[in-house]
Amino acid sequence: MARITRADVEHVAHLARLHLTDAEIDRMQAQLSNILEAIETLQDVDTSQVGPTASVIQLENVMREDEARPGLTREAALANAPLRDDPFLRVPTVLEEGR
Amino acid sequence: MTLEIADRTITELGAFLRTRELSSRELTDACLARIDRDAERMNTFLAVDADAARAAADRADAAIARGEGDARPLLGIPYALKDIFVTRALDDDGRDLPGGLPTTAGSFILEGFRSPYASAAQERLDDAGAILLGKTNCDEFAMGSSNENSAYGPVRNPWDESKVPGGSSGGSAAGVAAGQACFALGTDTGGSIRQPASLTGTVGMKPTYGRVSRYGMVAFASSLDQCGPFARSVPDVALVLGALAGHDPRDSTSVDTAVPDYVAALSGDVKGLRLGVPREYFVAGMEPGVEVAVRAGIETLRDLGAEIVEVSLPSTDRGLATYYIIAPAEASANLARFDGVRYGASAGAPELWENYTRTRGAGFGAEVKRRIMLGTYALSAGYYDAYYVKAQQVRTLIKAEFDEVLSTVDAILAPTSPTVAFPIGAKFDDPLAMYLNDACTLPVNIAGLPGISVPCGLSEGLPVGLQVIGRAFDESTVLRVADAYERAAGFADLRPAMAPPGVADA
Repeated sequence: MARITRADVEHVAHLARLHLTDAEIDRMQAQLSNILEAIETLQDVDTSQVGPTASVIQLENVMREDEARPGLTREAALANAPLRDDPFLRVPTVLEEGR
Repeated sequence: MTLEIADRTITELGAFLRTRELSSRELTDACLARIDRDAERMNTFLAVDADAARAAADRADAAIARGEGDARPLLGIPYALKDIFVTRALDDDGRDLPGGLPTTAGSFILEGFRSPYASAAQERLDDAGAILLGKTNCDEFAMGSSNENSAYGPVRNPWDESKVPGGSSGGSAAGVAAGQACFALGTDTGGSIRQPASLTGTVGMKPTYGRVSRYGMVAFASSLDQCGPFARSVPDVALVLGALAGHDPRDSTSVDTAVPDYVAALSGDVKGLRLGVPREYFVAGMEPGVEVAVRAGIETLRDLGAEIVEVSLPSTDRGLATYYIIAPAEASANLARFDGVRYGASAGAPELWENYTRTRGAGFGAEVKRRIMLGTYALSAGYYDAYYVKAQQVRTLIKAEFDEVLSTVDAILAPTSPTVAFPIGAKFDDPLAMYLNDACTLPVNIAGLPGISVPCGLSEGLPVGLQVIGRAFDESTVLRVADAYERAAGFADLRPAMAPPGVADA
């Protein structure tokens, strides 16, 4: 399972919305294979009777009152945007996937 | 040897401030002089605002003159924040606030980012009257054990400039070791406070998961991240933790439980305490000099009257694999927010999809990309159960083993790092070798427990750390053990010889 192909790397990079150069893909293929091989050792552990732990503190859903309270102003929230078209964020053209 | 002002502890300096033998302005200037003197060769800080720090120090001096110092032990004490805590730099109209510092998380993708709000850590330390000097360098998004993953260059260890300071909170650790700040905050997801504390001869603590608010801390792995202090003594760490701890409704993982007086817990007495030494923590690959120093530290605690017992944490060697599934998986989700739309860098591509991938490809460094890829892979269809669920199951086992051992002992003693500081570049191209630096610290994050690293001597002229691990929310016992050790061991005045020959502080 640990052996990662070049196509695997490209697929995962696509899922992660991460552009990688050819050289990065080569390096990633080798490094991820090594790391996953080390991680594979977990498969030896018998966990048939063990539940998963997502968080060490057993908090129930934390709710707050549904009431209006001050938050960021629009100006403060937009101030870091690379592109804006006040009072909105602006994004580049959105095309269909597989265009 | 008499320590210079910039090298003293908060406890000593606070007394000088309250008796007016020293002003906060003078102390702040002493720290700023060190920052300035060592800026180029150490690369500790990513942002400093000296004018804002001096103005805050003058306000603190006025408050001390009004007699407020007695109730506020951090009043007038200069500190630094790892550049992973957001610091408010914009007003409500979106304009730059004077004295506002940028926040980069050590990444090009946040270059130029100015936060419109403050982190809980900054708010609490502001309220305590501490003086923010600036933001410290760190591994990008806190991912690393050497500080070499910062987009803004490595930090150098003040004990030896050819060595790493550890990471990811390397700038905070090095800054405190070198007298550039009286204390600093770091974050610890797998050892990022304790390991650099060990490598720089400082005291660094990761509190219990849930003890301190993470509001305004750039997220890496949300089930593991915690923030905590670096300082030059255990009582100093106790003081800062007291200012940070407590429930914050803005962080839904922060637990609403009473905060004890941590300084009052420092009795200096460990008689009758049972301290466990897990045999699995003296691992292959551990440097002999580190083992000697740590074993000597354990003997010191035995001499002080603690009962030392050998214990076993059999799943310790599964910690690394468990961590390197859970942490990257959570990171891959957390870092999805860096999309080039709302804030941060943008590649400026004409189409949205292309802009996502190009912005992220150019903005993230190699280690961050590696972890996003690893995490995305572990969460992807067909691998989720084999990797992610499996790791969460082993997490249950690791936590259960800690819980069982800690039901028979009051705290656990272990090495912090298997090695002393290593040369810059030595492990940079070998991710697995780098990850092994955290073998003794990351199980503590997996179990969500408090841990501290306290200096226990030198090996090859470089600092070694003794780790004390405690029960959840029992920071008091961890601090008590570390403090008793520090008082007895005689390493509390160890400082790196940083000053260039013939140059002393003014």
